[in-house]
Amino acid sequence: MLTYNKMVVQMSESEQTDLVFRALADSTRRDIVARALKAEHSVSALASSYAMSFAAVQRHVAVLERAGLVTKHRSGREQLVSSSIESVRGAKELLDRYEEMWRDRIDRFGEVLAETTRGEQA
Amino acid sequence: MSVISVEKNPESLSLTMVAEFQASVGSVWRMWDDPRLLERWWGPPTYPATFVDHELAPDGRMTYYMTSPEGEKYHGWWRIVSVDEPREIEFADGFSDDSGVPDESMPTTSTRVSMDEVSPGLIRMTLISVFPSLEAMEQLEAMGMVEGYTEAISQIDALLEEVSSANS
Repeated sequence: MLTYNKMVVQMSESEQTDLVFRALADSTRRDIVARALKAEHSVSALASSYAMSFAAVQRHVAVLERAGLVTKHRSGREQLVSSSIESVRGAKELLDRYEEMWRDRIDRFGEVLAETTRGEQA
Repeated sequence: MSVISVEKNPESLSLTMVAEFQASVGSVWRMWDDPRLLERWWGPPTYPATFVDHELAPDGRMTYYMTSPEGEKYHGWWRIVSVDEPREIEFADGFSDDSGVPDESMPTTSTRVSMDEVSPGLIRMTLISVFPSLEAMEQLEAMGMVEGYTEAISQIDALLEEVSSANS
């Protein structure tokens, strides 16, 4: 059951990881995350910091939101963008999950191998 | 315990795992070479793997699917880069869509596994896996993405450092 759950997590998280990496491949988006980690910013305040249109900044925020790196909520007429360390740290867990998957495989590898070896000796 | 060491390198997104088994070279090789044995360890017991194509030869293709407890199928593929029987295999693997066509938007892993007899009857298997690597896709665009991934990881480190020092 545990393995089953892990497998489901593995599948969905590898897609999530892909989204995270794609989102962070852009310097403006990395800057938005860095700002949002420190404090809440409205989309319009962010837009005034970059030499690009409000719509372009909004699109960057949407990419980050899909990757789970920032969250957006409405406050009056403003859209506020924030981010948490936890969401960013998630991306770093990639190798840990991968290690776990291979450990499980190697354990099974050893079990099946021991079985076939016993078969040979018998 | 079969696994004797694990090393993770976040810079190159690689994982090195060393395992030792009391077995003959031939029987360890069969674990990769025989699809019926391979599928007993590749997928977890609750998501058993079934290898449809199994061609352990340079440029060879493998296709498999894993079946969920609900009967849903998850397709995957391997492409064999090189084979040196019974010592080394290098392959790339990734996921496919529902019809079994490789899904290039999903991360691809490159793995090199080598088997050495360290003493009679003791085999050391060393696995070096780079994740996610799109090298095998031979596309410049894909190559650029590999750099993107590595860069993203170091950027995450930098972001976290910046924020934790600002808070302290």
